[in-house]
Amino acid sequence: MKFGGKSHKFGNDVNTDYIISGKYKFKTLDMKELAKHVMEDLDPQFYRKVSAGDFVVAGTNFGCGSSREQAPLAIKHAGISAVLAKSFARIFYRNAINTGLPVVECDTDQIDPGDELFIDLAAGVITNKTKGSNIPVKPLPGVMLKILNDGGLAPHFRKHGGFNLQ
Amino acid sequence: MGQTIIEKIISGHSGKEVHAGDIVVARVDYVMGQDGTAPLAIRAFNEMGGKEVFDRDRVALVIDHSAPSPNEGVSSLHQLMREFAAEKDFRLYDVGEGVCHQLLPESGRVGPGSLVIGADSHTCTYGALNAFSTGVGSTDLAGGLISGRMWFKVPETVKFVCNGNLPSGVYSKDLILYLIGDVTADGATYMAAEYTGEAIAAMSQEARFTVANMAIEMGAKAGLMEADDKTLAWLRRFSDQRYTPVSADTGAVYSRVLEYDVSWLEPQVARPHRVDNVAPVKDVAGRPVAQAVLGTCTNGRLEDLRIAAGILGGRKVHRDVRLIVAPASRRVLLDAMAEGLIQALVEAGAAIVTPGCGPCVGTHNGVPSDGETVISTANRNFKGRMGNSKAEIYLASPATVAASALTGKITDPREVPGT
Repeated sequence: MKFGGKSHKFGNDVNTDYIISGKYKFKTLDMKELAKHVMEDLDPQFYRKVSAGDFVVAGTNFGCGSSREQAPLAIKHAGISAVLAKSFARIFYRNAINTGLPVVECDTDQIDPGDELFIDLAAGVITNKTKGSNIPVKPLPGVMLKILNDGGLAPHFRKHGGFNLQ
Repeated sequence: MGQTIIEKIISGHSGKEVHAGDIVVARVDYVMGQDGTAPLAIRAFNEMGGKEVFDRDRVALVIDHSAPSPNEGVSSLHQLMREFAAEKDFRLYDVGEGVCHQLLPESGRVGPGSLVIGADSHTCTYGALNAFSTGVGSTDLAGGLISGRMWFKVPETVKFVCNGNLPSGVYSKDLILYLIGDVTADGATYMAAEYTGEAIAAMSQEARFTVANMAIEMGAKAGLMEADDKTLAWLRRFSDQRYTPVSADTGAVYSRVLEYDVSWLEPQVARPHRVDNVAPVKDVAGRPVAQAVLGTCTNGRLEDLRIAAGILGGRKVHRDVRLIVAPASRRVLLDAMAEGLIQALVEAGAAIVTPGCGPCVGTHNGVPSDGETVISTANRNFKGRMGNSKAEIYLASPATVAASALTGKITDPREVPGT
């Protein structure tokens, strides 16, 4: 999987309430509608600023808080191709992989807002085109790579009839 | 090689001895979803080609987050859940029965050594019953409903040893807030927490749930305690099942062992907008509050209502404060009525809402207005959590919330005369 786009930068401990507020997520399964409110409490203009393929770039503990899968889904449906962070909260991390949103652990201090990035997930390389540098990527655990390669956990189950991770 | 509690429980459910870092597919004893997560799980269940749930006695859905429904969008999702549960012939807890994290322990189906997944981050609550229970998302929930299995990376464990006894007026909520403030919101990410020591042993079973409930607020996958006579006595109220307690080996390997003397602890609050932004109540005392919330999966149990009624009974909530009380379950509400606690709270001026999540998650039951300060017994104070990003939420014990409701400002409960 290869993606190109620009960086939208956030700080540490971005929680799932900030990603998509509870006041919206209980009402609908229409993720395109939810996507309009993604990151709203941190940046009310965020949805309008995103172009397809862009990246969310953050510090530590991205996605902490609730188990809502609407969080990675709203990010994905806003047109974001991957989330890059120094570390992720564990439920968000699982949910992102399960729903086919790539999540990448790397040193995001090397990325500024608006930087043009290119990611080759299979090769494990992020190129910061604005800065002319390469950023190493912490590889995904093997089981998660299997799920991601199947397109998420639902296609994985459909394909194998259950967990087939060994 | 010695094992921690969670290593033992996962070993028992995966058929081999496991240690931190191992990745396994394990059998799960119980699978739960709520109205914020189940609708997407039902969609994923169908996408996966699911036909039946793996065991109709080991799964449940709970309508608690927006119950009763505040609008037609929520109503249609609730209906989807009811139809799914009816079609697959398993238990759905409907409006008014309570919060999932109270109902599962009350069901008698979760106990020492159990492995539970729930599509709600506070599923870690049952660690207080010596179970490994953890939050997952909707797609994992669907996988669990179909297969009765889940994959896990066996976590490292950080051990919290709480020595000494909590002083009068200081509660388990104050302790867990203090611990979260100390290790921060990602202090135990990807790890399990084990809570042990004199202070944990001295706590009632209900008080222990509060500590386990908030393990996720330090990023932990689980927050476990050993089972003792109190645990088993609590469970016997709900089930005849015999459970075998799971203890850590003396040679168990911990990533960190943190020791605390809690005998000096004061009442604590988490200040806006982070759960780890913790300070003694005295640092923020005097701040006017507009709304006080007693309840939620953290502090909506009988003992919590008893503490609040002890402070508010025979008195009046301050005229500038709205006190909202959400009992954790119908059983808690009935028990509180039988004890006269609801009478005392309502006479004091409280508004009682349906057993469930109450106003905690911003869908209904008390969305604050711009600029208002809320003091709540819940577990999250993120900006916008209660439905308005211009409100400020402080988290505290039931005693601090009741004392603050009484005076109209954030108040150390030890300073309320006659309590």
